[in-house]
Amino acid sequence: MAAAVGDRARPVEPGRWRGRLLTGALMLPATLWYLVLLVAPIAIVLVFSFGNRTRIGGYSPGFSFDNYANAIRSPDPFLTSLFLSVVGTALCLLVGLPLAYFIATRATKRKALLIVLLVIPFWTSFLIRTYAWLLILGPEGLAGFIKDLTGSTSFRILGTEPGVLIGLLYGYLPLMIFPLYVTLERMDRALVEASKDLGAGRWATFRQVTLPIALPGLITGSILVFIPMMGEYVIPQLLGYGQVYTVGNLLYSRFLEARNWPSGSALAMILIVIMLAVVTVYVWLTNRGRTVRNVSVV
Amino acid sequence: MASPAVPIPASRSVGGRARAGVDRYGRLVETWLRGHTLLVYLFLYLPIVVVVVFSFNGTQRRVTNWDGFSLRWYQVVLADKAIQGYLLNSVIVGTATAVISTIFGTMAALGLQRTPRWFRAPFDALTYVSIIIPELVIALASLVFFASTIGPEGVVTNLTGVKLGFGFHTIVSALALFNISLVMLLVRARMSGMDRTHVEASYDLYGTPWRTFWQITFPQLLPAIIAGFLLSFTFAFDDYLITTFVNGQGTSTMPLFVFGQIRRGVTPATNAVAAIMLLVTLSVLLLGQFLTRRRGATGRDTSVAGMIAEQGA
Repeated sequence: MAAAVGDRARPVEPGRWRGRLLTGALMLPATLWYLVLLVAPIAIVLVFSFGNRTRIGGYSPGFSFDNYANAIRSPDPFLTSLFLSVVGTALCLLVGLPLAYFIATRATKRKALLIVLLVIPFWTSFLIRTYAWLLILGPEGLAGFIKDLTGSTSFRILGTEPGVLIGLLYGYLPLMIFPLYVTLERMDRALVEASKDLGAGRWATFRQVTLPIALPGLITGSILVFIPMMGEYVIPQLLGYGQVYTVGNLLYSRFLEARNWPSGSALAMILIVIMLAVVTVYVWLTNRGRTVRNVSVV
Repeated sequence: MASPAVPIPASRSVGGRARAGVDRYGRLVETWLRGHTLLVYLFLYLPIVVVVVFSFNGTQRRVTNWDGFSLRWYQVVLADKAIQGYLLNSVIVGTATAVISTIFGTMAALGLQRTPRWFRAPFDALTYVSIIIPELVIALASLVFFASTIGPEGVVTNLTGVKLGFGFHTIVSALALFNISLVMLLVRARMSGMDRTHVEASYDLYGTPWRTFWQITFPQLLPAIIAGFLLSFTFAFDDYLITTFVNGQGTSTMPLFVFGQIRRGVTPATNAVAAIMLLVTLSVLLLGQFLTRRRGATGRDTSVAGMIAEQGA
C-alpha cells in the first residue's frame, strides 16, 4: 500500500526519458573531458610513437618501431626512475606506516589536529616546498655542515640519488599515510587484544593481525606514490640538478628542448607500459593467497 | 565506552599504551612511536619554516647569508610589475580551473549513481587513471593533442581557419582533467555517507526533485564541494608541469617564474616570492577549514582536512 501511495504522490521518477536525459546531461561534461583530454591525447601519443620526425621538429606519419628500438637501446633513465621509485615507495612505507599507526591507534584526543597538521604541508605549494630543500641540503646547508665536519671536499647531497630520494619521500609521504591511516583507523582493536590474549607477542600480532588488515591501505598508498614517482620531473630536476637523469628529465627534454615528439611519444608509451606492469605484478603479489576485499586504487 | 558494565583490568583498557607494562619491549616501542611521529612532523615542516625565515632575510647578496630581519624583499617583489602579472595569471588559472572542475565534477558525482553498469565501469577506470597518471604524461599528451588540433598547423585550425593557439584555455582545460576527477571523488565520498531519510521525507512531503536537491542534498554536499573547489584552486595555482607544456604568449604563471629563477640562480627575492606562494596556498586551506569546520550529525569529520585524509579509502 505504501508503494501505491508513494508512486502516485511522489514525483520521484520524472519519467524514464526525462530521467535519462538528466543523467546524460550531468555526465556529459566529465565524459567529454575524459575522452577529449585523456583518451584522445594518449591515442595521439601512441600514433606519434610509430611516426617519424621531420627536419624542423614536426611529425610525419609512418609506421615503424624505430623509436621504440632507440628507446630500449639506452634504458638508463628508465632504470634510474625505477630504482628511485622502488626505493622511494619503500621509504614512504617505512616512514609512513609507524606514523599512520600512531595516529590511528594512539592519538586519541589529538587525532584531528594531527591530521590537519598532515594536510597543511600536503596542501601548500609543492614547488616551493621542494625548492626549500635546495636551501636545506645545499652546499651552504646540511651538505656544507657535513663537509666541514668530516673534512671531505667532495661531499654533496644535491645532484645525487639520496638527495632526490629525500625530495621524493618528502613530497609523497602524505599520499602514503592517508590510505594507511584510514584502514588502520577502521581496524577493530579487539582483534589485537584477542591476539595478545592468545599469547601472541607484539611482533607476531603486528605481522599476523595488523599488517593484513592494513594491506588494502598499503597497496593503495604504494600505488599512489609509486606511479607519480615514475614520471616525476620537478624533484629530480631541482634536487638532482638534472644529473640524476630520470625518465622525467628525458621526456621533458624530448618534448620541450630537442622537440623530437615521435621519439618522446615512444618513451612515454614505454613508461605507461612499465607502470601498468609494475602495478599489476605488485597487486598480484600482495593479494596472492589472500582474499582482500575492495582494493581500489584511489 | 564511558562506563563499561564489566570492570576491565587497567592493563587492558586502552590497548597498547596501558599494556606497555605487560610486555618487555612495550615501553620502548611506545617511545619509539612517539619519537618517530615527532620527527616526521619536524621533517614535514622544516622546509616551510626555512623558506619563511629566509624570506625575511635582509641580505643584499647571497640567499643563505643571514643579515638581519627585513621586509625589503617583499617590497621589492610586490612592487615588481612582472611578478604582479605572474601572480594574476596564477589566480586566473586557479579560479577558472576550480570553477570548471567543481561544477562538472559535482555534476558527474550526482549523475553517476544513476548510470548503467556498462557506462560506470569504464568511467570509473578513466577517473582513476586521470588521478594517478604522472602529471608529466598528461602534460606531454596535452601538448601533442593541442598542437595537432588547435595549434598553428593543427587539424582544427586548418579546417576552420580559427586560430585558437595556446593560452589560458589550454592550461585550464588540461588542468581540469585531474581536478574534475578529484572533485567528483570528494563529492562521491560525501554522498556515500549521506543520510537518505531527509531526501525521502522531502519526497513524502511532495517536494519536487529540484527543490529536494537544493534544500536537502546540496547543503549536505556543500563541505565536499567547497573542499573540492579550494583544493583544485590550489593545485592549479601551484601547477608547474602542465602549465609549462601548454602555456601561450603572456600566460606564464608564478610557478613558471619561480622555476626559472631557481634555474638561473636564486636571489633573496626568490624566497619572498616563495613565501608569498606558501601564504596564498595556506590561506586557501585555512579558509576551507574555517568554512567547513562544523561537524555533521554523524560525527564524521566534515572539515576539509578530514575529507582529504579520508580520500585514501
